[in-house]
Amino acid sequence: MSDIFDVFLLEAVLNGLLLGGLLALLSLGLNLIFGVIDVVWICYAELIMCGMYAVYYLHVQFHWPLLLAMLAAIALVALLGWLLHQFVIRPVLSAEPINQLLVTGGVLFFLQAAATLAFGIDFKNLGVTLPAVRLGELSFSAARLLAFAVALAGALGLYLFLNRSYLGTAIRAISQDRAVMPLMGVNPARIFSITSALGGGLAGLAACLLVLQYDIHPAIGLSFGPITFLICVLGGLGNMLGGFVAAFIFAQFIAVGGFFFHLEWGYVIAFVFFIGVMFLRPRGIFSR
Amino acid sequence: MNYPLHLAILVLLWGYIYTSWSLMGRVGLVSFGHGAFMGIGAYSVMMLWNHFGVSPWIGGLVALAASALVALLIGYPCFRFRIVGHYFALVTLALSEVTRLVIIALRDYTGGSLGATPGAAPGIAAVQFASKETWLVIVAAFWLGGLWVWRAVERSMGRLALQAVSEEEEAAASIGIHVTRAKLRVTLISALMTCAGGILYAQYQLYVNPDTVSGIAISLQMVFGAIAGGMFVMLGPTVGAAFTLLLAEGLRLWFGNRYPALDSTVYGVMLVLFIIYMPKGILGATLALLGRRRLTPAKRQA
Repeated sequence: MSDIFDVFLLEAVLNGLLLGGLLALLSLGLNLIFGVIDVVWICYAELIMCGMYAVYYLHVQFHWPLLLAMLAAIALVALLGWLLHQFVIRPVLSAEPINQLLVTGGVLFFLQAAATLAFGIDFKNLGVTLPAVRLGELSFSAARLLAFAVALAGALGLYLFLNRSYLGTAIRAISQDRAVMPLMGVNPARIFSITSALGGGLAGLAACLLVLQYDIHPAIGLSFGPITFLICVLGGLGNMLGGFVAAFIFAQFIAVGGFFFHLEWGYVIAFVFFIGVMFLRPRGIFSR
Repeated sequence: MNYPLHLAILVLLWGYIYTSWSLMGRVGLVSFGHGAFMGIGAYSVMMLWNHFGVSPWIGGLVALAASALVALLIGYPCFRFRIVGHYFALVTLALSEVTRLVIIALRDYTGGSLGATPGAAPGIAAVQFASKETWLVIVAAFWLGGLWVWRAVERSMGRLALQAVSEEEEAAASIGIHVTRAKLRVTLISALMTCAGGILYAQYQLYVNPDTVSGIAISLQMVFGAIAGGMFVMLGPTVGAAFTLLLAEGLRLWFGNRYPALDSTVYGVMLVLFIIYMPKGILGATLALLGRRRLTPAKRQA
């Protein structure tokens, strides 16, 4: 009896680990944007939704090969990220910080409603099912394993880009000191545009992996948007390593909490944990 | 004849709720968590009535007490540990999601995502009135009460103190403002009023659903309604409520039901434009414009 229990618990823990990878990927782009531009894109999950619709329509309606559709979706969301920065964020960059949060909230409303208008409220499914992978008595979804691997690869790629390339160094420099870098010949406006496109691209990448696991509908952003912000805040907004660790902590709460009680209680425990941590370490678990 | 009456009730009810939110918003406490208070109000009253036969009059008091408790539990540590700006918005966002998820998770009692209706018992004991006129009077009374509170807060020392706090917290503390207490007081007032709004909403509609009274969507609706109208003037939130409702109804009359969510799409674009170009909101910007016109000739004479 207790053997079976342990196997299921182990499966919950491992599934939590896989979920953590996905959540970590979700938080990467948002953290990058915050770290560099100092703006929280409340509409980040809605950008991911746009990417999911793009994959769906290109693949199912226009019969593009899946991989090509995914690449196009990443490019499209990167473009959306750039547009968002140029037309929405730039005009409020010097306004009060809370206005920047609110303006992207307006974009959230717009994207969600526009998606309802354009695509209807019915659930859309890509129709691609990856097999389950069996490991002894445990079974995992291949889509989750893939998401986990891509999340790690994406994080590593972003790390290398930021630390090894000239452009990446400029991005990090801007995030550390916005006033001095222009004097060193770095154009902040250009860096902000590139970072926004990069953040959008990461949202697109997350969309490609989510579309393999979940049905698409206009309100899907609301179901994983809040948790993405909370992960970023828990890890310390802008702190990518912190966000990564926080994603795995959150995922364990959800998976194991959901295992013992009900999925919603897993989320409730994770959110209450978040609120508690905020009181003890308001700038995130890895704040100095 | 019922339709305009229904619209008037909704405008006043949401106007009251947005006014409650703006008590905090206007002093820099941008809460994304007011859905929690509305949800606590709507659901505690209905659950107590449905499962224990407790009259909404008593249930309402329980709901208000519960809201006050939650507001203190979240507010005190937030203000004590100086959680402000983005962080305050996101902590309160977590609170509103917790409320929504708890309601859904307790689906055996609350009906989960399908929502719930109160057991029918028309009359004053269960606060269920068929007549829209009665509701208009009730809601108008709350709305006027809300405006009165808004004005009382506006004229109080506490508001000036909070204004100072929102601009420079350390400086305000250094001149002897008890920051935590000042913030907590306005949070408590705002939470209690929002909770009452949730109770009214549930009793008027006789149907509640976790997504329409709690969670991120409704919390953002309050934030944006208040901002669209203008949260720095007394009637701003009410103008915001009227504007959003008339926009939705107008577009629906114009286009019929062919384009669902057309109103929200237009509204979303307008919100973005408002926040960028008209951060004072519709009424705030209009009053500023009128004020400038009135001032200009006087200035010329001087």
